[in-house]
Amino acid sequence: MQLIKSNINIDFIGKHNICFVLSIVLILVSIGSLVIHKGPNYGIDFVGGTLIQVKFSDQVPIGKIRSGLTNIGFNNASVQNFGHDQDHEFLIRTSNLEMTTKGLSQSISEAIKASTGLTPEIRRVEMVGPQVGKDLRKKALLAIFYSLLFITIYISGRFEMKWVLSGITAGSLMTAVYFLSVFNVSMIVLITGALVVTLVLFWSLHLKYAMGAIVALLHDVLITVGIFSILNLDFSLPIIAALLTIIGYSLNDTIIVFDRIRENIKGEKTSDTLPALFNKSINETLSRTILTSVTTLIVLFSLYFLGGEIIHNFAFAMIIGVLIGTYSSIFVASPIVLAASKR
Amino acid sequence: MKLFTFKNSITICVVLAAVIYLLPTFFNCWPHKKINMGLDLQGGMHLVLEVQNIKAVEAEVERTIQEIKKQLRKDGVKHLGIARLNDNSILAKFQNNENKSGFETMLSKNFENLITQRPEVDGNIISYKLSLPETETDNIKKMATDQALETIRNRIDEFGVSEPDIRIQGGNRILLQLPGIKDPERAKDLIGKTAQLTFQIVDDDADVDSAVNGTPPVGDEILYQNKYNSTTGTSIKIPFLIKKRVLLDGSLLTDARVEFDQFQQPQIGIEFNRKGARIFDRVTGENIHKRLAIVLDKSVYSAPVIQDRIAGGKARITGSFTLNEAKDLAIALRAGSLPAPVKIIEERTVGPTLGSDSVRMGLISMLAGGLFVILFMVIYYKGAGLIADLALVINIILIGGGLAAFQATLTLPGIAGIILTIGMAVDANVIIYERIREEIRSGRTALAAVVVGFERATLTILDANVTTFIAALVLYQFGTGPIKGFAVTLCLGIIASLFTALILSKTIFIFILKNKQMSKLSI
Repeated sequence: MQLIKSNINIDFIGKHNICFVLSIVLILVSIGSLVIHKGPNYGIDFVGGTLIQVKFSDQVPIGKIRSGLTNIGFNNASVQNFGHDQDHEFLIRTSNLEMTTKGLSQSISEAIKASTGLTPEIRRVEMVGPQVGKDLRKKALLAIFYSLLFITIYISGRFEMKWVLSGITAGSLMTAVYFLSVFNVSMIVLITGALVVTLVLFWSLHLKYAMGAIVALLHDVLITVGIFSILNLDFSLPIIAALLTIIGYSLNDTIIVFDRIRENIKGEKTSDTLPALFNKSINETLSRTILTSVTTLIVLFSLYFLGGEIIHNFAFAMIIGVLIGTYSSIFVASPIVLAASKR
Repeated sequence: MKLFTFKNSITICVVLAAVIYLLPTFFNCWPHKKINMGLDLQGGMHLVLEVQNIKAVEAEVERTIQEIKKQLRKDGVKHLGIARLNDNSILAKFQNNENKSGFETMLSKNFENLITQRPEVDGNIISYKLSLPETETDNIKKMATDQALETIRNRIDEFGVSEPDIRIQGGNRILLQLPGIKDPERAKDLIGKTAQLTFQIVDDDADVDSAVNGTPPVGDEILYQNKYNSTTGTSIKIPFLIKKRVLLDGSLLTDARVEFDQFQQPQIGIEFNRKGARIFDRVTGENIHKRLAIVLDKSVYSAPVIQDRIAGGKARITGSFTLNEAKDLAIALRAGSLPAPVKIIEERTVGPTLGSDSVRMGLISMLAGGLFVILFMVIYYKGAGLIADLALVINIILIGGGLAAFQATLTLPGIAGIILTIGMAVDANVIIYERIREEIRSGRTALAAVVVGFERATLTILDANVTTFIAALVLYQFGTGPIKGFAVTLCLGIIASLFTALILSKTIFIFILKNKQMSKLSI
């Protein structure tokens, strides 16, 4: 069986203007949503607070749970349905961290029992102190930044034999970020600054493959985070895991294309044939790109529909990431390498 | 072609080893290393405590002040007050030169470890600022954390949790993993108890009520007793005026047990060691007809009038305890007090039913996803698809075997990682097969196409996987519990898929092609 014909020849590079516009619009919408919502909709992992998952043996109106919580002074608690309706499960979120005399979950359990008449089963409690939340936020940003830099070192080294140059560049960027982070500079400002510097450096140092890869990765991460922000989904620790996996996955695609470009470019002297050559490479690997996306999406959808509520958002982030990542390795990464080569 | 070449034997050994390591998870057999389930799958509690070790420094400073005062009294040097400042330094004030020199000689003789700043002179009042050296405060802080860890470990051991994991997590934080815990609230209560037991005399010379409204007399403090009325269900606070001086504390205890009084009400019987018994004997002898307050964590439990000298070093703590409260208090007293209060700064508790639900759903989605991918590969690549499917199954066995062999922890995100690997592992086979198809189209024979296909695809596959591996390693470094589990399965998955695609599948292909003398390839 064959989904993609072997002699396929789609003019991907020729369409890069349309795609650049589309990507820029998506990125601007993402940034816009992030600005309007004042950053991602951080879950308790990153801002601190308490989350309690309760299950009832029978149908319980959500209003009664709320009134029970109000009775013990939890006016700011949010209550929402969790999972399927027949499970009678709810998620309670509050910014309260502790109670003085009794444990928080115990007092909540008693308050809900008083207002609903049913004893809830406390299935999960997560409490994160504000300091821990702040630490995790910082670590998450650094993790994304470091993995991007390590990956660019690898790409520059493997594709352009510039191990030392890219190593020194990335190394000094990491050191700079490390030292500045000691001085309490806002992490987001710091990382954004560092990434801009990275892009400028890679551009001026002619690290074109690393440049293409990092732009594509930033594109994927930003749009995934943006979609989460637009849909107002919780941004928690597993989402960071998803983002890093997306980085790995999207790069996987990108590298397969780059690899073919490198193979085809051997012996080519002029840059006039480059667009055709890039196109040829993308077309040759298209079948593989699509197939792998299909098998990965198959398992992700099964995880999304069957894996349970806790893993739901993670699976969703991965699905978006795989779609965007596949798109970006064809329409973003290669055209940027081409643009950098023509310079 | 021979089946048992050196390379093939190694391949077979690796797969066999994985199977052997995986077996104990399902059957009870050698090598008895089951896959560790994370707290989110088996249920349990994850806690991060912060030891407020600055309090231990405060206590040390207070102790030093007491010693200085004692020494000054002995030397006959008068002072105008020695007090602890907020930055944990000591401010000592003196009048006239005679006291000044007396203080200075005393300092150089007995407290040469203290850092003394140049004294400030204001009229005829001379004030000194003293502080503990930084190495010493750091040491106190570190000791406090270490001791808190030891104490909490003892308490958890007595409480009865199987395979707890308790360790220091950077600086003053303690990480606790308590799998399968039944009563998380009770455990938290026990862990968080400072359990500072002290015996202090009640000051009956001054009036409590005026002290509550105004300021307590010098050397006294107001502490409260919580009285719980079981008929009305309310509790009231009774103030006590207590002399600050601690006559005896819980550090000299040898035993604490739950006992019952004549109304079957639980109480705690405590027993002191010889030194403690001697002090108790003396203290009770010196304070007959006064009230002795038993103070636990700054609240008064009881304050009986001392009728007579008590020898033998035994005492009772009474209060309206439930049986569990009394048991936990006895554990805390036996295990010793925390050198500084602890605060829970992170908690993640998963009930056992949610854990088993997660395992079930994880397995279902793994099976469903796996079956779809297997079907897809057979339909798309026919015979070669079957080889890829075999590789996929062995891949999962290798991940499972790897988890058991390295005693890594499987978490819910870890299961997601395995599921993801199912989708991505076939990628390596897809790259190879697409390449082989290209080679066949360009006119090579089946065997040559396979050899060249594998050869050309190998580097591509390595390049593509190294980057995901880098991301997974960073994730491992950054992640906490469940996320680490994801990083581990992702790493194992990458290694396993490289092995199955580049070594195992290739061996099978070449073996089939050479033995069957096939000229056409089912791909």
